[in-house]
Amino acid sequence: MIKAILIFNNHGKPRLSKFYEHYSEDTEQQIIRETFHLVSKRDENVCNFLEGGMLIGGSDYRLIYRHYATLYFVFCVDSSESELGILDLIQVFVETLDKCFENVCELDLIFHVDKVHNILAEMVMGGMVLETNMNEIITQVDSQNKMEKSEQSP
Amino acid sequence: MALKIVKGSIDRMFDKNLQDLVRGIRNHKEDEAKYISTCIDEIKQELKQDNIAVKANAVCKLTYLQMLGYDVSWAAFNIVEVMSSSKFTYKVKIGLYAHVWICQEIGYISQYDTGVALTGLSCFVTPDLARDLANDIMTLMSHTKPYIRKKAVLIMYKVFLKYPESLRPAFPRLKEKLEDPDPGVQSAAVNVICELARRNPKNYLSLAPLFFKLMTSSTNNWVLIKIIKLFGALTPLEPRLGKKLIEPLTNLIHSTSAMSLLYECVNTVIAGHDVNGSPFLPPFSLALFLFLRFQLCVQKLRILIEDSDQNLKYLGLLAMSKILKTHPKSVQSHKDLILQCLDDKDESIRLRALDLLYGMVSKKNLMEIVKKLMLHVDKAEGTTYRDELLTKIIDICSQSNYQYITNFEWYISILVELTRLEGTRHGHLIASQMLDVAIRVKAIRVFAVAQMATLLDNAHLMTGNVQRKGICEVLYAAAWICGEFSEHLENPMQTLEAMLRPKVATLPGHIQAVYVQNAAKLFATLLKNQEGNTDRTAAQETSQLMIDRLPLFVQSANLEVQERASCILQLVKYIQKLQQKDVEVAEEVIALFAGELNPVAPKAQKKVPVPEGLDLDAWINEPPSESESEDEQPKAIFAKEEPKHSRARHTEVDEKELAKRREARKQEQANNPFYIKASPSSQKVYQEAPGVEHIPVVQIDLSVPLKVPGLPMSDQYVKLEEERRQKERVEKKKKEKKKRKEKRGGRGKKHDSGPESEEDITPAHMVDIVTEEMPLADSEKLPVRSHRAAEALKSPAEDGDAESPASQEPKKKSSKEKREKKKDKDGDRKVSVKNGNPTRETALWMYIYGAEIDIQGNLQDGSQVVVSVIFENKCDNFLKTMEFNVLDSLNSKLQRPEGSGPHDGLSVPFQLPPGVSNEARFVFTMQSIVMPQKLKGTLTFIIKNEDSSTHEKLDFKLHFTCSSYLITTPCYSDAFAKLLESGDLKCSSVRLEGVNMPFHHLLARICFHHHFSVVERIDSCASMYSRSIQGHHVCLLVKTSGQTVSIDAKCDEPTLLGNVLDEIKQTFSQC
Repeated sequence: MIKAILIFNNHGKPRLSKFYEHYSEDTEQQIIRETFHLVSKRDENVCNFLEGGMLIGGSDYRLIYRHYATLYFVFCVDSSESELGILDLIQVFVETLDKCFENVCELDLIFHVDKVHNILAEMVMGGMVLETNMNEIITQVDSQNKMEKSEQSP
Repeated sequence: MALKIVKGSIDRMFDKNLQDLVRGIRNHKEDEAKYISTCIDEIKQELKQDNIAVKANAVCKLTYLQMLGYDVSWAAFNIVEVMSSSKFTYKVKIGLYAHVWICQEIGYISQYDTGVALTGLSCFVTPDLARDLANDIMTLMSHTKPYIRKKAVLIMYKVFLKYPESLRPAFPRLKEKLEDPDPGVQSAAVNVICELARRNPKNYLSLAPLFFKLMTSSTNNWVLIKIIKLFGALTPLEPRLGKKLIEPLTNLIHSTSAMSLLYECVNTVIAGHDVNGSPFLPPFSLALFLFLRFQLCVQKLRILIEDSDQNLKYLGLLAMSKILKTHPKSVQSHKDLILQCLDDKDESIRLRALDLLYGMVSKKNLMEIVKKLMLHVDKAEGTTYRDELLTKIIDICSQSNYQYITNFEWYISILVELTRLEGTRHGHLIASQMLDVAIRVKAIRVFAVAQMATLLDNAHLMTGNVQRKGICEVLYAAAWICGEFSEHLENPMQTLEAMLRPKVATLPGHIQAVYVQNAAKLFATLLKNQEGNTDRTAAQETSQLMIDRLPLFVQSANLEVQERASCILQLVKYIQKLQQKDVEVAEEVIALFAGELNPVAPKAQKKVPVPEGLDLDAWINEPPSESESEDEQPKAIFAKEEPKHSRARHTEVDEKELAKRREARKQEQANNPFYIKASPSSQKVYQEAPGVEHIPVVQIDLSVPLKVPGLPMSDQYVKLEEERRQKERVEKKKKEKKKRKEKRGGRGKKHDSGPESEEDITPAHMVDIVTEEMPLADSEKLPVRSHRAAEALKSPAEDGDAESPASQEPKKKSSKEKREKKKDKDGDRKVSVKNGNPTRETALWMYIYGAEIDIQGNLQDGSQVVVSVIFENKCDNFLKTMEFNVLDSLNSKLQRPEGSGPHDGLSVPFQLPPGVSNEARFVFTMQSIVMPQKLKGTLTFIIKNEDSSTHEKLDFKLHFTCSSYLITTPCYSDAFAKLLESGDLKCSSVRLEGVNMPFHHLLARICFHHHFSVVERIDSCASMYSRSIQGHHVCLLVKTSGQTVSIDAKCDEPTLLGNVLDEIKQTFSQC
């Protein structure tokens, strides 16, 4: 199960956070801060796995992250998920974002927050991976966007 | 009543549900409207009933009708009623039913609605919801659209979690979905079953053949990984499975290029191996070590990209720790590799390697490994990792009763070395190890005592630094060891002095206590040694030292220290007395601490037989009576609670007694400054505070609140003041309303055309703004104008805006200077035409500051726009009686002074002598700001020279762009994110090609011309914000790559947004 998906920039500013378990707002903020603290002090060229987020889960949980330019994508998962599989999933997520917003940028996550959540909802639902095939995800997202537009225009 | 209920339920039987409704509508194609109106009547009846289920049914139908385009707003109240019913289920059911139905009736389009409903549901499943919706979701599992099936399957897991009973009926269908033709559905089903199997693998053994088939047929890596992980959980339960798996797994390992899959295969083999014995471990452990080797021979294998090798290293180590549990030997052979990982720059990997070390030590290599670790301790930066190392060293050394330690002197010195660590939290761990070793290993005591004496001597190194607080725990052990085994000390006198240094008083209490006690032990040993000598003075000096130093501890704030110190001080004083009488005391003193403390096993107590006749459960004394104990206990400690108890327990006490007690309690409370009284009168007593009881309390009852000290009173005052203000405000408003009405009436008479609009509201705004201290200078300036007409000249004028509108728009947007120049030219030309005068003296310039169209900060209404116009007299003649007039449109009107008609011009409140310029402001009232506006206007004026005066007229056009309705408003990125999250904004976008300017120029241009502000900028991407005078939010996301600029925009008013974007586009089309 995926417990949380966090995206923040190099300065620790949260750009997107999705928790699949209930936490209070304060705890969520604290988790983001703590995760940023852990992740940001790691060099490039070290492994993408981290243990020791005290707030989220226990020993069964680990943080799997990738760093792209200005953004960190962090997935907090338990041991039922494959570490390398999740890394691939992050890659799929980012590539999907790039396809949906050409030349994707950090600010897209803020500006198109609804669309980003839609994309994420097509990939992960309630903490479980729904779809890993990028083309399938894009098809679904596109047709939803089209539908939305056709609803708006008349 | 009962009859009514029965009747209601009978009625219900004949109620239409949604399904019937839809069917009915289909069957009445010709007279649909009529049919629906009867349906609506029925629904109205249903809504009147008490039964919430009936209502919910009715609302369900309404949602469908609304979707068909019928107005159901009359039922809004009922819908809210149902929505707010305690049964949350109804809400979701309504939503879901509607979706399901829509989905089936309308088909394709709405699959996303259901999808959204399901996704939403996944976030808030409750046991109730799960129970009620389980069946519905199960139906959806066999929906025609794979998209829905996929989501329904996944959500079932959440339902199972909340409502486990649903698992049994749903399971067959779930199993069916494993063979679904759609890979997405398949993968979802595998996901769900894997999660379920994690909790209880046994129940899923029966699915093994199915998974086996899937594993050989599926090509989806994600599914394969899940299946393999599942097998990892199943193999320990079914040994035969392991053997069967070898082949497909080997195939996969050979064939796959995906490292993730490869890794999971290996991992599962390891898990399966536990039960199977060792037959196929070697090849797989080999494969596993390939991961680690990969890193070393990247060149050779050339499989891995540079950045992923660290990940594989980590995972390899992780997997190895699994092997370690069963086959430590096979891991031990890779010691060098693991030690190498300790040098890795990555903390995650180092920690993993540390874990492995634990299982790898032997008698032979322990010292070597620990030496390496000690090196790392020195090198390590960051306390977490260092602490981790420290605990690991101690763990490794102490595991299974120091099994691997051959030389305890070595271990003690390691521990002593560890005390030099900066800022560790594990001082107590080291201390307990020291104590443990010193007590249990007799042979080591001499060495240990010597080491501890050195530690005590250098105690200042540990206590000096705040950062080293944690480590001073070690002194606890050191002091105890030195005291307890003092006979081994080489120089006890020195140690005693070290223990009694004044600096010791800064240590934590429990350590001081140990110091004091062990100083006494040392003292006893010293006496014994010294009394053997002929010289008695040495012994007496020692006593004197104790007497001198101990008072420091007697004063300690720590009870334990104090108690021990005073006890021992008296003892030493007594000994000194005896010494002065030449009595030998050493033997007796040492007897105080005689006997050896031996280690006791944790379970040792069990071995002691219970003496005969001892019954531990029997009461020794009579148990105290309940009431006694309860009454006494609180009284002694918490006096405040006493009244509660007495009231609760002694209900039989008579009234008098009660009254008496109440009185006493009141008295007590009154004297208790910490008691918060309930009644208002007592509150005042409280405010007067303990020291001032003698001041007459009555005074405070005066209704003049100002004089009353204390917070609650001042609060009251504030409240009063607030009330007063509010009253005033209300009155004011009333007055204003009246005023407004009057004005409206007055105006109504005058304006025959009776243009409604904002115009007449303006005075109210003025008052509003004045009270709120908002800058409404302009509407106030309007009347001022007439007073300012002191000196003024006029001449025939020229107006830039008199040109064609097309050329005018850009002018507004271009910079001021440019505009002036242009107008200059135009002005010249026109002047000559008009007056036939060769000179340029007759020109009047009129600038309309498009860019400076000043907008009132009146955001509640946002209907006012102020246009500033500069008139400049360019001729030699006097200009006067200028009159400014604009042809009002439906949407926008020039604000004219009260009493003037809708077509009257406004006189400009000044005259212009030659060469003089002046500015006038005109207020316009706008109704809607979503569209740009063009207003035609004329300016009439009189040119006066010595002998004649001429009437002149000048036509112009005023162009209000949508950008001019925007106000530059700064916005923080958090607020910006919140705004966009709200989801109320409509999106639109434009692309600009061939824009050739630096990005920051581009942003500056948008900021300047369209009144935006930059919220955030990252590289060639920026988010911008602005706000219209009517409070519309406009958000932009500007991105550029090469010469293409793409602008995504969001706004709650699409028309406004479209126009603003058009204007932006135009701005850039000119450059």
